[in-house]
Amino acid sequence: MNLLATRALAKSFGDNRAVDRVDFNVSQGEVLALIGSNGAGKTTLVNLVSGMLPPDSGQIMFAGADVTRQSSYERIRAGIARSFQIVNLFDQLSCADNIALSIFSREGKTAKLTTLAGSDRAVWDEAHDVLRRFGLDRHMAVPAGTIAHGERKLLDVAIAYALRPKLLFLDEPTSGVSTREKAPIMDIVTSIVRSGGITVVIIEHDMDIVFRYSERVVVMHQGSILADGTPDEVRRNDEVTTTLIGTHPSGEAAYGGTGHAGS
Amino acid sequence: MSMDAVAASSKVGPTVRFGVWIVPTAVLLLAAPFVIDPFQTLTLTYGLIAAIGALGFNLLLGYTGLLSFGHSAFFGGGAYTVAFMVKYLKIASMELFLAGSALACALLSVLFGYVCVRYTRIFFGILTLALSQVLWSLAFKFFRVTGGTDGLRVPTPTLVGAAPTSDKMDFLAHRYYYYVLAVFAVCALLMWVIVHSPFGKALQAIRDNEIRAEFIGIRIRRYRLIAFVISGIFTGVAGALWAPLNGLASPDILVWTFSGEIVFMTVLGGFRTFVGPIVGAVAFTYLKTYAVGFTVYWQLLLGTVLVALVLVLPTGIVGAIEQLASRWKKAS
Repeated sequence: MNLLATRALAKSFGDNRAVDRVDFNVSQGEVLALIGSNGAGKTTLVNLVSGMLPPDSGQIMFAGADVTRQSSYERIRAGIARSFQIVNLFDQLSCADNIALSIFSREGKTAKLTTLAGSDRAVWDEAHDVLRRFGLDRHMAVPAGTIAHGERKLLDVAIAYALRPKLLFLDEPTSGVSTREKAPIMDIVTSIVRSGGITVVIIEHDMDIVFRYSERVVVMHQGSILADGTPDEVRRNDEVTTTLIGTHPSGEAAYGGTGHAGS
Repeated sequence: MSMDAVAASSKVGPTVRFGVWIVPTAVLLLAAPFVIDPFQTLTLTYGLIAAIGALGFNLLLGYTGLLSFGHSAFFGGGAYTVAFMVKYLKIASMELFLAGSALACALLSVLFGYVCVRYTRIFFGILTLALSQVLWSLAFKFFRVTGGTDGLRVPTPTLVGAAPTSDKMDFLAHRYYYYVLAVFAVCALLMWVIVHSPFGKALQAIRDNEIRAEFIGIRIRRYRLIAFVISGIFTGVAGALWAPLNGLASPDILVWTFSGEIVFMTVLGGFRTFVGPIVGAVAFTYLKTYAVGFTVYWQLLLGTVLVALVLVLPTGIVGAIEQLASRWKKAS
């Protein structure tokens, strides 16, 4: 069953058709990788689905409902969460606060202004538990702005995870992280989301990561979907190889491993 | 997770344990009228009133990340509400003044906030400034209603039903001082609860990263508006307490330079901490009182202090004390 389905979704910036009438489907429970070179339209697609940008035309169906006209707030409530390519944290707040905010928000408690946040034991126990799963519990009381980059990437994912979404977009969860750190981060992230039964769409540049951690790969090129299949199928697809991966099967040469630029 | 860790978890919060200072400070404040002369007590009263206004202002600056240059509108709004209640409704009860001012400033801040919170940074600041100037020009020009530059007289009010004593100075330096102290204590406690509530955390999240805040499901514009209204009410209550003490509501508390004074006192104390605005407001009140008495160029003196402050103590008085304390801890 499709958890997410877009129909002829389109978005242009001037003459640039960033997303060009795309039909993008995500099945319940899968771990899907969305790949493509810089400017292929991956992040724009995520921005459209998460409600950060309004589409020019097309339809977005999520969990059986049409969410095309819904605000980002309504989509978050419906179960769509995302992390960000460039880490987006609450830097002056502690790591525990960063997670607790998601929990307060999920439970509709952020409008409470006459009770002390610290007195809600269930929330802090859960925040502690989430940080422990992500290996960040020693930073509980430390401001998020002061921890290492790889840990910040993990915290970014943890904030989205704590919303208990149905569908989670991870926009380059390992960008800017050293090659050695990538696998541990992906191990943690994928094992947590799999055990939680969360459907995940990972945007990634690193082909090793993509083929190792995803069950299905969707390739975007110039705003359209070029290929869609299992990692093996995509790896054997000549069109994908010639258009995107170039000569090097690992993709390192063509993708530069870590992409900072927007796509 | 222990409660201590939670309490220490937010950066806007005590790294120095201010809790232990509450009792000695309360004792000093309670004993003050019997120790210092009435003139000093009045200055302290002005300081406590300014502290209520600065606490309200800092909910926006320190916790929501919005710099308002128009808080004179709420301080002046509170004071003029009292003056109007005296002039047109013949009311003398301080409790009714407080309720009336809080209500008037709630309405005023909903109106202003609805326009202003659509923007942030300099645009927000300029909008608040412009709207407050509209209010100032109304007070200035509508002579028949507001008394123009003469202002409106505000007599000493009844406190909890008790009529004021005949010796005005004695009344203000004792009964009125304690009344202000009680209102201050209630306001400080209320604000402390608000900034430590889930709502307060959400405001800090908006301050740190509004895009992320939106994408964890916080309705940023709505929350900013609520913060704006709470801020306006606190500053309005301060204005209401100020009016009978000053004896006159006049347009100089509506003009934008007065908004600047609220910014000044908050920066002076340190906007990154809860107690910063309180310390800053009291310090500023003394500073201004003595600067005015000391020289006709008192603005020059205050300006110099502000420049020195930004260069030497960017985190304010309380921030500097915290830094000293943490250095002390490391050394020992």
